[in-house]
This record gives sequence, C-alpha cells and structure tokens, in this order.
Amino acid sequence: MPSLKDIKLKIAGVKKTEQITKAMNMVAAAKLRGAQARMEDFRPYAEKFAAVMKELAGTANPDAFPLMAKREVKKVLVVLITSDRGLCGAFNANLINAANKFLQERASQGQGVALYCVGRKGEAFFRKSDYEVVGKMIDIMANVQMFNARQIGQEIIHLFLEEEVDEVQLLYGRFINVVTQRPTFERLLPITASLGEEEEEEVEGEKGIKAAYIYEPEPEAILNTLMPMYVNVQILHGMLETAASEQAARMTAMDNATKACSDMIHNLTLAFNKARQAAITKELMDIVGGAEALKG
Amino acid sequence: MANKIMLEIVTPNKLVVSEEVDLATLPGEEGVFGVMANHAPLLSSLKIGELHYKNDNQTVYMAISGGFCEVSNNRLTVLAEAAERAEEIDVDRALKAKERAERRLQQAAAQKENIDVARAQAALMRAITRLKVAQEYRGAA
Repeated sequence: MPSLKDIKLKIAGVKKTEQITKAMNMVAAAKLRGAQARMEDFRPYAEKFAAVMKELAGTANPDAFPLMAKREVKKVLVVLITSDRGLCGAFNANLINAANKFLQERASQGQGVALYCVGRKGEAFFRKSDYEVVGKMIDIMANVQMFNARQIGQEIIHLFLEEEVDEVQLLYGRFINVVTQRPTFERLLPITASLGEEEEEEVEGEKGIKAAYIYEPEPEAILNTLMPMYVNVQILHGMLETAASEQAARMTAMDNATKACSDMIHNLTLAFNKARQAAITKELMDIVGGAEALKG
Repeated sequence: MANKIMLEIVTPNKLVVSEEVDLATLPGEEGVFGVMANHAPLLSSLKIGELHYKNDNQTVYMAISGGFCEVSNNRLTVLAEAAERAEEIDVDRALKAKERAERRLQQAAAQKENIDVARAQAALMRAITRLKVAQEYRGAA
C-alpha cells in the first residue's frame, strides 16, 4: 500500500505530464493548420503540372528520354520521407515498417536496394541497419522548401542517369484526413506516360486529338526541361504531405496521452481518498481504544 | 474584357497573380515573347528571367525562375518555381546568393565537379535576374 505522500507526488507528476501533452496537442493543431494550408496552396501548381506532363508525355516516345528509360531493375532506391521529431504516435514507425517490408521484398527478388532518407527519424533508424543509405536530408521538415526538393531531385536523377539505380520509389505519409495518414509509395523514376496521383499504373490510353498547340520549343525539348522539374514537384508534394501528416499524427497522439493522463489522475485520486479514509479510521480506532483502556 | 487576357502565375507556395491584363511579356526558352488577348493555344518552357505585364498603362515587373506557360481559352497560366514582384525582391539576399554562386563556380572549376556546376549556374542566373529586375524597376516604379 503506497503512502499518502507517494500518491500525492504521483498525482502532481501526472498532472504536469498532462499539461505538457495538452500544450503539445495545441501546438500541433496550430502547426497542422499551417501545414495543411501550404499543402493546399501547392495543389493548383501540382495539378496543373501533372496535367501538362500527361499531355506531353502521352505523345512522347519513351525511348527518346533517358528519364523514361525502363531498364531491368538491378537496384532500386527508396526515397523515404519521415518527420524530424518524434512523439507523434506510430506515424514514423509505420513509414519505417513499410520501407522495411518493401526493401525485404525487393531484396528477396535479387534486386539491390538503397535508401535516401529525408527526415531525422528514418535516417536514425536506417543508419544502424544493413541497408545502404545513399543520401540524407535532415532538419528540414519544419519548413519544407522547393530548393530542398530540387536538391534531392538532382541527386537521384544523377544516380539514375549514371545507372547506379534503375528505379526510384518515393515513400511518404499521405495525409488522408486528421485521423488517418497512410504510408504511400509513388514511383519517381523512370517516369511513365501515365502520370498523376494514381498509385496503380494504367496502361497508356490512346490520346485523342488535342487542341492544336503551338509548342515552343518542340514538345520533346519542353519535356526534357519539365521532367526533372516534375520529379522535384513530386518530391515536394511528398514532403508537404508528410509534414501535414506528422502534425496530425502528433495531435492525435497527444490527445490520447492527455486522456490517459486524466484517467490516471482519476484513479490515483480515488486511491488517495481511500488511503486517507483508512488512515482516519485507524486513528479513530486508536483513540477509541485508548479511551476504553483508561476507563477499565 | 474583350481585349484582355486572364493571367495566372502559380508557384509551389501560392497563386501569385490572378488578374486580367492587356499584355504579358515572358522569357521563353527561345526568346522573349508577348502574349495578348485571344492568343492561339501555346505551350512554352520558360527560362530564368524577367516577366512583365501591363494593365491599364500600369506595368508590373517580376523575376521568375524556371517553369513553363500555357495559353488556352484566353487564359495564360504561368507555372514557375519562384515569382517575385520587383518591389518584393530582397536585394541583399540576392547579392549574397550571387557571391555564393560565383564562389562555388570557381571551386567547381578547380575540382572538376559536375553536379554542382549546373546548380551553381542556375543559382547565379536567379540571383542576377533578381538584382536586375529590382535595380532597373525599383526606381522607375
């Protein structure tokens, strides 16, 4: 039976934890609003970009473009986007598990695997693993910028063109809503003619007759400049989604923690009151016992 | 309405401009060109450079970096990685970026590194464009 003082201290401790988790919940909620707004501001750009790419790529001959070249996959690179900070529930663990599963599957097919880690959490995990980490970018998730995406894009395009890797997959935490975030794969390279958000690759559909656009320069040349940019756009999209998902996951995790704290405080208060009453009863018994003894 | 074209400039961060204009001049891959109302459908990639548009005798100057534009249905959509109005340009930052890029180019030339050269050149172009747009038009505006 813990003493009264022990319980009292314990209650005070849990209360402090509750205050912290409550504050973190509110901070995460505020940051989530910002991250969500950035995601939404980015959407028109991404959508327009994807639409134009689709139109151009549909007419293009995949063999003419090194970035569309389908080779036998000897080595696959996963660009894993996680958060920099923890305390957001199973969010990062889910992403890391998904990455692990994917890497094991590919390795069992005899393909080489490598990772590019964006975000501290994934990097910290895979640094200690046996997998090769070709690059990392940490401490940027709080304020994701285009130039971050551009840098990653340049590095992976370089690896792809040098034929160091033959396929590049992007793995990020897709923001579905505030309570659901899902680890999602998207293929970055080689770029396929059926572009867009779909995870399933569709067979290239026939292209209808388009409006007679004037292309300047030729469609192929435009495509050549746009393709690396498209890779950057997809990476940035993944980073923005992950940033929003992280805050949403943290909000939920901290909400749960706050609830657990109040449950604990409730139970501890009950125990405290019981112990207090037991002590009073015991004292009364002593007094009564003493009085009886004097009488006799 | 009849003689104007809808101009939209979109960057990853936000919708920068959305208004009807008389004329927009863009830094195309193969040279500067202007777009006016009822232009034929066009798709062009853009260089790092200056863009200006004119509306009721007021001209707005901007520095844009990389992207493309599409004209269809009397609507001009510009997708750029960055777009800033002349008065928004941070001259100090651009100057620093210019110095940094120049230094990096020198280093790269000495070491024969390939990846960084393209990046440094692009950075240098962006910085020079920003400075040019800011200096030329800040006084005039």
